[in-house]
Amino acid sequence: MQVLYGRHHVRVFRFGLRLVRDEQVAEDLISEVFLDVWRQAGKFEGRSAVSTWLLAITRFKALSALRRRKDIGLDEDAANAIEDASDDPAVAVQKKDTSEALRRCLTGLSPDHREVIDLVYYHEKSVEEVAEIVGIPENTVKTRLFYARKKLAELLKAAGIERGWP
Amino acid sequence: MIATRTKVPDREPGDIEMLLPWHAAGTLNTRDARRVDEAIARDPDLATQYLVIRDEYAETIHLNESLGAPSVRAMQKLFAAIDAEPERKASTSVALSVRIAEFFGKLSPRTLAWSASLGAVALLLQAGVIAAVLMKTPTGSFETASLNTSERAAAPLTRDLAGSLPRALVRFAPEARIADIAALLESYQASIVDGAKGGMFRLQFGNAPTGRNEVAALLGRLQKEKIVSLAVEAQ
Repeated sequence: MQVLYGRHHVRVFRFGLRLVRDEQVAEDLISEVFLDVWRQAGKFEGRSAVSTWLLAITRFKALSALRRRKDIGLDEDAANAIEDASDDPAVAVQKKDTSEALRRCLTGLSPDHREVIDLVYYHEKSVEEVAEIVGIPENTVKTRLFYARKKLAELLKAAGIERGWP
Repeated sequence: MIATRTKVPDREPGDIEMLLPWHAAGTLNTRDARRVDEAIARDPDLATQYLVIRDEYAETIHLNESLGAPSVRAMQKLFAAIDAEPERKASTSVALSVRIAEFFGKLSPRTLAWSASLGAVALLLQAGVIAAVLMKTPTGSFETASLNTSERAAAPLTRDLAGSLPRALVRFAPEARIADIAALLESYQASIVDGAKGGMFRLQFGNAPTGRNEVAALLGRLQKEKIVSLAVEAQ
């Protein structure tokens, strides 16, 4: 278990943190995720990569944690509709730093869009694996990422950054 | 008067167009990767979009890498919870060990054909780094008896010594040969300090702290190397 934890805990933490946006909650998440793995190792069917299984559990627990946060009172739909008010692309433009603006805009995407971008780009998951983790059809994965990228382009465009697409 | 449009016009994406992000991440199968390559070669708009996607890809990695790692508290909490779990029956333990063994058979979600040999090189280089660290580390350092070895394994090997030494996450082109990579490492005075996770290697350049501008220039040069498909700054 220590080896498994050592191999995967950082990526599980980062995936969870991007969903819940709270380090304390994300740390609690990884403990819960690996404890579930410990308890349910026998249920692992081996049809997918371990990391895919871990990220699917993390996602489920992150959404549960978001629902539990009474101080915010979010449900999943509400969470999806909210963009991070602290991430102001205009601020990044003032810094004349396109890369930083891009990162800020990535942070400013909705949770659904952040999630699919992280899974594809950072966690390097295939279409099939993202579909398994998020629980949506493969075609929806492709279109969701496309529209996430369009939204990102809109945010950048609104911030005065033109990248040549679309 | 035409208003300035800040909203991206709606249109349906094409099949190939939707695969571009996976192509940038290197997670398409050979057949789809070839289809995308061919489409990019004959469609300048698609090629432009692909360049944009590579930027998104690099910055997403940069953003996630900047998130840091969980504290030891999370690990302590986990293993305390496991210790508090009811004792398992022997047969269950055997089944679990089999499952764990199966995990390790699948630990590499996407390894390119060349990554196995590169992994061996990385291990050798890491072994060299470890040896160097052991040789140079003052004996005044200490370790707690409960220090977790896997936690150390997950951390950069030379974290304490490295300070702000320039580091980058690098993905080598699939056609890169080991000799090419070795030559590149030598020309940049670089060493592999971690990898190949997701097909990317963590490189450290030189032994002296470097300013941001120099690091940016270094990454720019690296990105232009034929055998480098991606280079982003890493911590």
